[in-house]
Amino acid sequence: MSAISRFLDSDFVYSFRRSPVAVVSAVVVLIIVLCAVFAPLISPHDPFDLASISLLDSLKPPAFSPDGDWSFPLGTDDQGRDVFSSILYGTRISMIVAVLAISFSLVVGITVGLVAGYAGGAVDAVLMRIVDVQLTFPAILIALLVDGVVRAVLPPAAQDALQLDVIVFAIGISRWPQFARTVRGSTMIERGRDYVMAARVIGISSPRIMVSHILPNVLGPVLVIATLNLGLAVLDEATLSFLGVGLPPTQPSLGTLIRFGNNFLFSGEWWITIFPGLTLAAMVLSINLLGDWLRDALNPRLR
Amino acid sequence: MALLEVNQLCVEFPTRRGVLRALDNISFGIEPGEILGVVGESGAGKSLTGAAIIGLLEPPGRVASGQIIFDGKRIDNLDQEAMRAIRGRHIGAIFQDPLTTLDPLMSVGKQLIETMQTHLKLSDRDAKARAIQWLEEVGIPAASERVFAYPHQFSGGMRQRVVIALALCAEPRLVIADEPTTALDVSIQAQIITLMRRLAADHGTSIMLVTHDMGVIAETCDRVAVMYAGRIAEIGPVGDVVRSPHHPYTEGLMGSIPSLESRVARLRQIDGAMPRLNAIPKGCAFNLRCTKAIARCQDERPELLPAGTTQAACFLVQEGAQ
Repeated sequence: MSAISRFLDSDFVYSFRRSPVAVVSAVVVLIIVLCAVFAPLISPHDPFDLASISLLDSLKPPAFSPDGDWSFPLGTDDQGRDVFSSILYGTRISMIVAVLAISFSLVVGITVGLVAGYAGGAVDAVLMRIVDVQLTFPAILIALLVDGVVRAVLPPAAQDALQLDVIVFAIGISRWPQFARTVRGSTMIERGRDYVMAARVIGISSPRIMVSHILPNVLGPVLVIATLNLGLAVLDEATLSFLGVGLPPTQPSLGTLIRFGNNFLFSGEWWITIFPGLTLAAMVLSINLLGDWLRDALNPRLR
Repeated sequence: MALLEVNQLCVEFPTRRGVLRALDNISFGIEPGEILGVVGESGAGKSLTGAAIIGLLEPPGRVASGQIIFDGKRIDNLDQEAMRAIRGRHIGAIFQDPLTTLDPLMSVGKQLIETMQTHLKLSDRDAKARAIQWLEEVGIPAASERVFAYPHQFSGGMRQRVVIALALCAEPRLVIADEPTTALDVSIQAQIITLMRRLAADHGTSIMLVTHDMGVIAETCDRVAVMYAGRIAEIGPVGDVVRSPHHPYTEGLMGSIPSLESRVARLRQIDGAMPRLNAIPKGCAFNLRCTKAIARCQDERPELLPAGTTQAACFLVQEGAQ
């Protein structure tokens, strides 16, 4: 049997098909991801192209309202930018930031967790105390702090160029302790298993045992947490951008759009903030539901 | 010259209630190509002896004194890195439970290849060819198709064959087999034992076979060491130890094995239980349970001295011989 047909026949796929929630959220996530990836092809306007936007089109309501214009399906903002196009591009940036940030946390967290769990003793104690200390602060506070410090240290020229990197770093560094804890716990369990002992007896080096034997065996729970954290990282980015320390309006993420639109909410132009907000909610909710399903599907006790 | 020589080995565990001596002055040797059986009750120190030789005593356990000499070189005082080069390459190991000794998420072929490439300079293609060869040699049918199958796709007996291939694939000169057949059912046990004997003979590998199954020992080994409370009670050629044991403990052990030839109403048993490590009596460790104990047994510790074709640590034999 080929690998693909074997995968399609697996319990994993079976449980996925049997769960309507998982299927629906997977479809939503897939649509959002595809829209984000192909934003330049789908969007009717380019919100970054100053030549194509006109102030005459500013503050147009969504197309379905009496004054709407079908060339701007979800209306326009005060600069005449198409809200729908902005959302597509914004989702793209939110996604990029979240995926990069979580990848960064994963690398740091897994490394620390593996080393702490495998080495044990003093190494473990020191690393885990760092984790404990960081867990006493809310993640968003850490992200704010890191963001502030990095910006203060960087020269202004570099700040503009590295804006995306800074926010990825800030969110990533605020979320690694969870991964480190989970990996450490599982590593300590796996370390006592016979196959690890057997690998040691065979004379395989410790780094190699950690990477090629223990890591694949502890990855399951980590992936679940990573999925759930992906949703949270999108929110982190939105929060930071909403607070004004994230990405600038020239490179808008969903959070930037929401903050920006918020200024117009009480003057009646609700569409500028509500549509990006709905997109954000749909995206985070779907990712979380998918993560929940994944957790149950990978837990043999709940089968 | 002996391939492995263990001299006066003591292993201790420092605990809250004082130092426990788990192995007490153990001495034995293994010749090239020889299969040495090690028997004894649970907790007699059989597995610990294996762990000490391969340098994998779990802390706080430590080698307190004595020497382990492998191929003319001391290996009990090597650092981790030097010991790692010996493990697998020169001394292999087979564990009890084949269900857990293999990494569940790595194909058996990959595990074999990893092991060989750790110790031998082999290209990927050569290593794969050798992996298939090894699987064939341990009797896995359709080895070339199953080389990249995962452990859960094999049965228990097949997995133990894979484990044996894994232990032997870097061609070590000594293999420590810690109860390799305990987790298998009886018919598979016999196959595995035959396989191990054949491979040992083909490759000139020495085996230290740890088990509590006298049947396995009698079938497989050249010599046997009987352990009791961290000491060797008797050691000698397997036929002599089984047929005419000198130490009362060995005698008791043999008496407790049911036989097809003689029908007895009740098997003999040794009264009492092995003492705990913190309550080993003075003198001979067996004296409290021994039916033939004499006054001397309670004060002096008997040395392991020749008694007929075997060596036994018992005053009765030694005095009787004089």
